[in-house]
Amino acid sequence: METAQETMQQTETKAETSKTLFKGTGSQVLLNGLIEEGVTTIFGYPGGAIMPIYDALYDYAGKLEHILVRHEQGGIHAAQGFARASGKVGVCFATSGPGATNLVTGLADAQIDSTPLVCITGQVFAHLLGTDAFQETDVINITTPVTKWNYQVTDAKEIQEVLAKAFYIAKSGRPGPVLIDITKNAQLQLEEFPEYVKCNHIRSYRPKPKVRVEYIEQAAELINAAKKPFVLFGQGVILGKAEKEFKAFIEKTGIPSAWTIMGESAIPTAHPLNVGMLGMHGNYGPNVLTNEADVIIAIGMRFDDRVTGRLDKYAKQAKIVHLDIDPAEIDKNVKAEVGVWGDCKETLPLLTNLVNENKHEDWLAKFRQYNQQEIDQVITPELYPAGDEMTMGEVLRNINEICGGEAVIVTDVGQHQMVACRYATFNNSRSNITSGGLGTMGFGLPAAIGAKYGAPEKTVIAIIGDGGFQMTPQELGTIMQFGAAVKILILNNRFLGMVRQWQQLFHDKRYSFVNITSPDFVALAKSYYIEAAKVDERANLRAALETMINHEGSYLLEVMVGRENNVFPMVPQGMSVSEIRLK
Amino acid sequence: MSTENTLEHKTTKADFDGKQEYTITVYAENRIGLLNRIAIIFSKRKINIESLNTSPSEIDGIHRFNIVIQESYEVVRKLARQIEKQIEVLKVYFNTNDEIIWQELALYKVSTDEIAEKVTVERLLRQYGASAVVIRKDYTVFAVTGHREETDALVKALEPYELIEFVRSARVAIIKDSAGFHEKLKEFEAFEPGEELVENEFLDKGEKIFTM
Repeated sequence: METAQETMQQTETKAETSKTLFKGTGSQVLLNGLIEEGVTTIFGYPGGAIMPIYDALYDYAGKLEHILVRHEQGGIHAAQGFARASGKVGVCFATSGPGATNLVTGLADAQIDSTPLVCITGQVFAHLLGTDAFQETDVINITTPVTKWNYQVTDAKEIQEVLAKAFYIAKSGRPGPVLIDITKNAQLQLEEFPEYVKCNHIRSYRPKPKVRVEYIEQAAELINAAKKPFVLFGQGVILGKAEKEFKAFIEKTGIPSAWTIMGESAIPTAHPLNVGMLGMHGNYGPNVLTNEADVIIAIGMRFDDRVTGRLDKYAKQAKIVHLDIDPAEIDKNVKAEVGVWGDCKETLPLLTNLVNENKHEDWLAKFRQYNQQEIDQVITPELYPAGDEMTMGEVLRNINEICGGEAVIVTDVGQHQMVACRYATFNNSRSNITSGGLGTMGFGLPAAIGAKYGAPEKTVIAIIGDGGFQMTPQELGTIMQFGAAVKILILNNRFLGMVRQWQQLFHDKRYSFVNITSPDFVALAKSYYIEAAKVDERANLRAALETMINHEGSYLLEVMVGRENNVFPMVPQGMSVSEIRLK
Repeated sequence: MSTENTLEHKTTKADFDGKQEYTITVYAENRIGLLNRIAIIFSKRKINIESLNTSPSEIDGIHRFNIVIQESYEVVRKLARQIEKQIEVLKVYFNTNDEIIWQELALYKVSTDEIAEKVTVERLLRQYGASAVVIRKDYTVFAVTGHREETDALVKALEPYELIEFVRSARVAIIKDSAGFHEKLKEFEAFEPGEELVENEFLDKGEKIFTM
């Protein structure tokens, strides 16, 4: 502390800026900057190296709401859930050392799922950097591969500019997580600061290009000549806030459209051109017909391996039009005939202008035929099971019937995630929040807390497996203390279900360490003063779900589902999308 | 502006898909940590960097990296886009050896006695265009600039004569067809991207320089 005071005195004498508006510490100017950027909610956890910021935060009650999570991983997942539900930048605080390293999983998740975040970490005093000081860790280098940008601030005079850049970078172009590491001396440093100026230009960074019309023309030409065009859309439509533009495009062209799990809810589930989900556990028609389409229009999606299956047998007959804001995605996995680099909010209307009105009735009918097969063989048995055991699908069907597509569904990772993405119905964009790219077990509960703050008017249902719930159950404490009215639905099959499914299908039923036991989830929730119940037979399911959803505050419902149910259809790893199995 | 229906650069190179030496030129802001950000793009894909040089560029405040790798065109193109995606990177070019002028500097420390005694050594040095940097009683340091094969050849030639120490620098390269970065920088500094937006160059058909 002595050193800090020295630093403060030194800097005090140096201050002489002409247009000063605010005299205070680096911590205060940071919090003022957050307010300027429109931040209302911070998820965080204090500690030694971030104490000056927390000390300043004490005086910001009413201006900045701080949610004290129970673990920094919970904090960053909550910030992700907030960002995904609200469309704003999620903000989280953590201290140096372990606080900062606990953010890594969330950063990686946000990076791969393009979620805009600004994370602030405390750091040891600048003069201690590199001395292996208490709770010192090289956060900048640890987080470099999993951040869109990061920066270490050692002087309070940098804070405003760096914060403004951080928000600009996080939310513009292809969004992503940004981390700012601030040494303790900079947090304490007393300065006279100028007015906060938002950033809207960095010379080395072009978030999006000026759209080149010739590529739009080429794309339109291909689309107009297509007999079997097929649209694949991803989260880019949601991130670009281009849902309307997207809908206008597909409605004019009449092209059947399928989504990646990150793109789900960009158009309502019930939309007649919504033909379903792509990928490993996606729908039958979209997968099989990928290898029949003559022109594929990929919009804001990145041809992840879980979507494409075996790449050398993926859509080889089709000409690909790829619309993306990130030029590194064009031609990365799948070669595009025409790459349209740009923001789909701008490119889609241009394209819609140039394409002919069409109705691909025969082609759409093909999707319906495949869908009927899937309904008969997979969907009906899943949603209306004949046996005594409850299925995950029937739980989802009941939720759909109760909520009518208005709820925000947050999932964890595994079988329940695939079932939820397959069967949940949505009326509104930003309603499906899931860890798509990274597949982070433990994401669900904290992300749902964040989603509730991001969309407080919505019913937020966290659907989580018995395995994933046990990765971040500590966040029940956050719910207890701050009252986020999250509905927690644990689908308990007493297995790590997805791994078990693979072991059954591909490893000769050698169930290696997938048999997981659980605590009494109801008692656990009640120990946190959260209402809870458990259902183990169908007769009670509907009423229990209604009780949960209609309950005023948070609620935990555990549903015991069949132990060895599998998620189908399935494109086995290494197989082509057209080799999708119905059983 | 090209209106042709392809993203592919046309190239006359026979080994389009095969691995060959590429020199990647990166124009970037001079910022702590950026080297690591660029280096991990290679290590993430388990690609070995054969040579890496950072230096100032023709523009004050803008740094220039030269990175040499052995890879196929497709891989290099993807790497270049990943590098250019980094916030502080302005521009990335990648070129084959016939598209650049390049040099490496090598230093050789040999025993002065050996040179004094053996005239052949002196002839060798002259033959390889070496210059003496330091001459002391006990040793002499020679420098050679040139291509890898040239500096390597002198190592071989000096082996019989007590080569005490040898070191070679990273490659520095100039792109033959580049008009420098001054004009490009103006476009970057412009608030709104212009019609001739450079970042879309990669969508154009092959110019003489590969750019993204």
